[in-house]
Amino acid sequence: MTKRTIIPFGPQHPVLPEPIHLDLVLEDEKVIQAIPSIGFIHRGLEKLVEKKDFIEFVYVAERICGICSFIHGMTYCIAIEEIMKIEVPERAQYLRTLWSELSRIHSHLLWLGLTADAFGFESLFMHTWRLREKILDIIEETTGGRVIFGSAMVGGVRRDIDNNTLRAIARKLRDYEAEIKEVTDVFLNDNSVKHRLIGVGILSRDKAYELGAVGPTLRASGVVSDSRKLGYAAYGKIDFTPITHADGDSYARCLVRVKELFQSIDIIEQVVSKMPEGPIEVKVNGTPNGEFFARTEQPRGEVIYYAKADGSRFLQRLRVRTPTFANIPALLNIIPGCSLADVPVLVLTIDPCISCTER
Amino acid sequence: MIEEQEIIPIEVSQLLGRVKQLYDEKYRIVQIGCTKCQDNLEINYAFDLQYRFVNLRITVPRSGVAIPSVSGIYWSAFLYENEIQDLFGVRFKDMVLDFKGTFYRTAIKHPFNQAEPKKEEA
Repeated sequence: MTKRTIIPFGPQHPVLPEPIHLDLVLEDEKVIQAIPSIGFIHRGLEKLVEKKDFIEFVYVAERICGICSFIHGMTYCIAIEEIMKIEVPERAQYLRTLWSELSRIHSHLLWLGLTADAFGFESLFMHTWRLREKILDIIEETTGGRVIFGSAMVGGVRRDIDNNTLRAIARKLRDYEAEIKEVTDVFLNDNSVKHRLIGVGILSRDKAYELGAVGPTLRASGVVSDSRKLGYAAYGKIDFTPITHADGDSYARCLVRVKELFQSIDIIEQVVSKMPEGPIEVKVNGTPNGEFFARTEQPRGEVIYYAKADGSRFLQRLRVRTPTFANIPALLNIIPGCSLADVPVLVLTIDPCISCTER
Repeated sequence: MIEEQEIIPIEVSQLLGRVKQLYDEKYRIVQIGCTKCQDNLEINYAFDLQYRFVNLRITVPRSGVAIPSVSGIYWSAFLYENEIQDLFGVRFKDMVLDFKGTFYRTAIKHPFNQAEPKKEEA
């Protein structure tokens, strides 16, 4: 007769830099159910819109997450700009695209390092984070910040990048591409990594879609869905095809992110070659009155900023639906049937960001 | 305008039928969110089908209301509904997993459904 046990996983766990808790119901070594518990560090930042001026709130939005902070700030700005029908200058749109893709590269490298660390693959962890440092250096050079960029603003961006620096960034990224490939090839071709990932935690195409999964978690199950295709910022003028994979297992989720690293470098190259001259901001007059659901693609997937305004300087409501929140049901679906030892790796294959989730 | 967004106000009694219709038409659930509007709460159910955005909206009183859960149709909706239950105090009937007010650990009950705060000038 099989023995049923409930194991608490988290909120403190070696593979979890942030707190999330799962009650794992096991029969012997096999997990048969996972019940989530979040809200350990819920900050209620959305409520601050009731007290913060709508122009200033971008600083709060950027601080929702320390990894994709720029995209949070930009998405907030897009929501306000759509309500106020503000035409953002084209150069600012391209700069937003550039910083969004730099965010994606550094986020995916961070994730790759954490995943390698979870396997005990310490040298790979150190190499990916060494490469991530180079991306952070570019971000620091162009924004002055490494984590919080402070570059998004309603009506455009706060900083310009001169064309020489832009070309230098494109050259540097081409140089780093070879190094990134060297590291990711180790990750994708290593037998022990494949053993832990291939065929583990399979999320079928239909299930991923039905559960409302987003980002690489959804695309690795074969669904073509990428909010960048909506054409916000300069994405409407960039040639790219969302990366998908049909297998839906842990390896596929990793493979999609690895391929997106190189796709982001391509996108940045296009941004640099197409960068228009002109202003980077427009003056914002008046106050917002209306509502809009802004959707953008963060490294972990689609983020939603719903803003509702009544004509005052304070928004009536800001609601942020983060990609990790949307991917929790997918995580709960892939865990049952796996062994207890696989759970930490499975958690990492959705690339969770609890800081975002606990906005 | 980045995209056209369709916001469809519906009655609470229509909710399950309309959500089931979207499910059958293969819409992906995007989010469920709640907004305090004076004496009422607006609950938005957002869906997407190949980048087409549709939002169903019900309006309910700020207190003493229980509305049907859509988690029987879209299983993942239970997360959004538990969130709204904890932050706004809206009761959802027949959720597939009801945390009964323990989903978020908040210092006060239903913090997003409190009286208006005093606003600071910028």
